[in-house]
Amino acid sequence: MSNAISRAFISLGNKVTSRIWRLGFASRFFLAIFLSSGTAFRRIHLTIREIYFTGVLSLIIILVSGLFVGMVLGLQGYDTLQRYGSSEALGVLVSLSLVRELGPVVSALLFASRAGSAITAEIGLMKATEQLSAMEMMAVDPIARVVAPRFWGGVVAMPLLAALFSAMGIFGGYLVGVQLIGVDEGSFWSQMQASVDFREDIMNGVIKSFVFGVIVSWVAVFEGYDADPTAEGVSGATTRTVVTSSLAILAADFVLTAFRFRGA
Amino acid sequence: MSQESLVEIRNLNFSYDSRPILTGINIKIPRGKVVAIMGSSGCGKTTTLRLIGGQLKPTSGEVLVNGKVVHDLDSSGLYNLRRRMGMLFQFGALFTDMSVFDNVAFQMREHTDLPEAVIRDLVLMKLHAVGLRGAHNLMPAELSGGMARRVALARAIALDPMLIMYDEPFAGLDPISLSIVGELIRKLNDALGASSIVVTHDVQESLKIVDYVYFVSEGKIVAEGTAEEMKHSTAPYVHQFVWGEADGPVPFHYPSRTSYGEELMESAVRRV
Repeated sequence: MSNAISRAFISLGNKVTSRIWRLGFASRFFLAIFLSSGTAFRRIHLTIREIYFTGVLSLIIILVSGLFVGMVLGLQGYDTLQRYGSSEALGVLVSLSLVRELGPVVSALLFASRAGSAITAEIGLMKATEQLSAMEMMAVDPIARVVAPRFWGGVVAMPLLAALFSAMGIFGGYLVGVQLIGVDEGSFWSQMQASVDFREDIMNGVIKSFVFGVIVSWVAVFEGYDADPTAEGVSGATTRTVVTSSLAILAADFVLTAFRFRGA
Repeated sequence: MSQESLVEIRNLNFSYDSRPILTGINIKIPRGKVVAIMGSSGCGKTTTLRLIGGQLKPTSGEVLVNGKVVHDLDSSGLYNLRRRMGMLFQFGALFTDMSVFDNVAFQMREHTDLPEAVIRDLVLMKLHAVGLRGAHNLMPAELSGGMARRVALARAIALDPMLIMYDEPFAGLDPISLSIVGELIRKLNDALGASSIVVTHDVQESLKIVDYVYFVSEGKIVAEGTAEEMKHSTAPYVHQFVWGEADGPVPFHYPSRTSYGEELMESAVRRV
């Protein structure tokens, strides 16, 4: 009995220490990406290629999701607002919820599952098929040549995707609110213009989506680089990318939102 | 270090954690020669190549390449040395997102400022040497195993290295591809004036092309000599290996802590 208990403690301890080790390794890896980012900027076409793969190819899922999220917001928002007789404020509700929260968060979650998992799988398979080793033997640093362009590609693409998500969502809210339900078009847009502040609301969303972009790209390249070089290892790493980055996005969102309201 | 040896390994020991992989290895690769390191799977052959390439650091002992101690170099020194080494990985390790042409051009584009027209000439020349000039537009996924290996070979010699390392170049090839790759190893070595190390367990094919052989078993060198000497060797391990006998100094059974009888007894007791 006491044997089983001590074994349980040992395995718990091992799990905790190995997680902490891994976090330390991930932090050093993060630093290494920064130190070897020269290539990614000097040979900008490498990074642009990754922006295309992570950003442009994620457009469909981002735009369609944005549209539907905005349309749902339009329906739900109208239903609540008209109880208080203020259905003209629908534009404000839709735009603020998208720009401040839903745009950055939902698009980051989609980005993690669409682009993050692809980055992890690609780097993991390059490792499993010795392509990274081969690169090292050819005196080319894989962190500079493979990892850094993918990291910066993700960091650049994420805020742009979040902005498009919000724009599409506002259009969805307009379609449902104004075109379908018949909210007054003038007050929909003018109230939105009057209430959405560039610095307070829009820049806030941009900062959030930038931070989420760093988180997703970092987790994705690290999991790929650290994956066991087997089929099982790569599939596990891909799953971990989606789970870890999603949780980290939500946690970081709470922290960033708390900062925003700290003075209020 | 003698000038005739391009690579010299002295009293090399290497262990993963506390598990010893290589013990007391001494190897010399003379300039211009093709040397094979043979042994059964998992005996530490690939580890030896990684130590020469500086991807691993020895626990003790020295690895010298062209007069330099590999594991004492800083990263720029190591990268400079690696520019003069070519390595063929077991399954080619071609970059799957690039065409055959771009794979061979990779190092030229990374390390030189040559104009694209010159790179094109050089790449086609390298591909012609391995007989695949016509395949330069294909993607790695469209190649057969033997073709992929030859493209990887063209990529390994892209910058005319002084040392070419082959990790199991014959694994998984059909007999025709096998002898093509074998002949290429010899011809390219002599044409480039390079030295080559072939890590392999394919005895028949490699004894045809190499000058000298080291046999490694359980992390130690158990025999060495010219290809001819090895064919006629009476040393038990070499004999077992060259003639492919199932049992001998290398046991058929993986070592177990308990005897088979004890193991059966234990499971019977557990059932009761």
